[in-house]
Amino acid sequence: MRPSKELLAKSVFLCCAIASAAIILAILGFMVALGIPLFRESTFSAIWSGPWAPHRGAYGIWAMISGTFWIAFLAAMICLPLSLGMSFVISSLAGRRVRKLLGALVRFMTGIPTVIYGFIGIFLLVPLIREGLGGPGICVLTASIMLAILISPTMILFFTDSLLAVNAAYVQAAKALGANRVQRLLYVMVPRALGGMASGFILALGRALGDTLIALMLAGNAIRPPQGFLEPARTLTAHIALVKAADFDSMEFRSIFACGIALYLFTILATIAVRMMARERVAVS
Amino acid sequence: MMRVFMEKMVEYLSWALALLLCLSVSVFLSYLLIKGLPSLGSELVFGKADPLSALLGRERVFDGIFPAIIGTLCLVVLSTLMALPLGICSGVYLSEYATPIMKKVVGGLFDVLAGIPSIVVGLYGFSVAIFLHHHFSDRLGPCLLISAISLGVLVLPYIVRSTQTSLEELPAHIRHTATALGATRLQNIAYVLIPNALSGISSGVILAIGRCAEDTAVILLTGVVATAGVPSSLLSQYEALPFYIFYISSQYTSPAELSNGYGACLVLLGICSVLFMVAHGMQKRLFHWALYRP
Repeated sequence: MRPSKELLAKSVFLCCAIASAAIILAILGFMVALGIPLFRESTFSAIWSGPWAPHRGAYGIWAMISGTFWIAFLAAMICLPLSLGMSFVISSLAGRRVRKLLGALVRFMTGIPTVIYGFIGIFLLVPLIREGLGGPGICVLTASIMLAILISPTMILFFTDSLLAVNAAYVQAAKALGANRVQRLLYVMVPRALGGMASGFILALGRALGDTLIALMLAGNAIRPPQGFLEPARTLTAHIALVKAADFDSMEFRSIFACGIALYLFTILATIAVRMMARERVAVS
Repeated sequence: MMRVFMEKMVEYLSWALALLLCLSVSVFLSYLLIKGLPSLGSELVFGKADPLSALLGRERVFDGIFPAIIGTLCLVVLSTLMALPLGICSGVYLSEYATPIMKKVVGGLFDVLAGIPSIVVGLYGFSVAIFLHHHFSDRLGPCLLISAISLGVLVLPYIVRSTQTSLEELPAHIRHTATALGATRLQNIAYVLIPNALSGISSGVILAIGRCAEDTAVILLTGVVATAGVPSSLLSQYEALPFYIFYISSQYTSPAELSNGYGACLVLLGICSVLFMVAHGMQKRLFHWALYRP
């Protein structure tokens, strides 16, 4: 009686694990299956790097890929100094009380819904950029600034965690040698935390690449590769969101599956990078 | 000398950047509060309908966010109900039964799923809806059920991961005592390990709930619409709070509607931040509550 119950439980748990894993593969499977007509119609390179000209039967998604990278990298670049500053302050420069307060603020920020950042961006940031820097206001820069603030909690939490995970003995030793707070931070904690900080950066970059709402609401959604920070752009995610569901047999509609596959591949690459870094970190320590 | 200068610079710059970030977040929040507070009230939620009869379903609400709140509530409940058993069982399997290779492969898959953009998960739900529409019945299409399933997929890795890590982090003396006394593996899991890991698991669940409540990209593709009223069945279209905010931001026709948008932002922000705060507080509090209760 008892062994059979044990076996039953084990197989239930196993089935659940297999089912959840199957869902993840099914996502890729569905996109490939539905994207196949597009790949049959034109070549692989025409889809990834060709121009977007539906009237000529060209459905290249290069404009969207480049828009995605412009916005995501600019956001990560804006976010990096902000997060470095904040994590330095939280991990060592500030006193206990300020530290706690800022930590609570960062945790609170993780809970702010994306759509609210977009909403504030439209009514507060867009007019500011339009009047301050010219252009339409709805552009790469606006989306990147908002996105930078959206992803900053991810970066800050990772940076702070890896800075604080540095072996206390090293920090104490440096303190005993007369190093002040900044010196302990710069010469002891940061060099040892670099690996963890790099993973945090990649994860935040991944969030920026995958975010839909900010780009959809603030980047203008023009289908052409952006030439500057003040030009509108469309991201892969926004392209998927803007699809019109009425015509699902058209090639235009099929192109969103190419976008989906591209995003899926970026995610896999980022995941592998983070995992490899984690393994190296384990090997080092 | 140069070095001292640089160190000072790093210190000042860090403080300045940290302040800049705090400042921008507080500007955003106060902007939202100033614009949104005046519209908060029963008018925002129920419009011109009578609150009591709207709650009882006797009267339809046309210009309030009541249907959107109900829609979001339905989504959260349905998708959590779907993801919870599957996620917890998978987490238990990964932590207690899986071989190291299995752990690596399946764990890697969950890392990928956790990183997949939510719009791609939405696209998956959308494809499933099309598939069902073509192969089974014309009445099937993007609807509440499809959205709930997709959101369930989206939050699955949160639940799996939090279950797995909080089980794995249990100290050896908790893990082995019951088995040493003759308990079977299943008994050990059900009566000792899971109750002890409960605070970690539940904080994962709350994060998942928050994600369901705030995500817009998934529902955008899987059946949310601007006006649908309170959802009548699982296969009907519905309204949701985040989509309402998105919709208002581009389609508002009057200042009154816009100020409703600000109000809806405040309501959603309130719901999500409370959930996230509870999740973060839980790690410690629930543990204390469970173990050191007088």
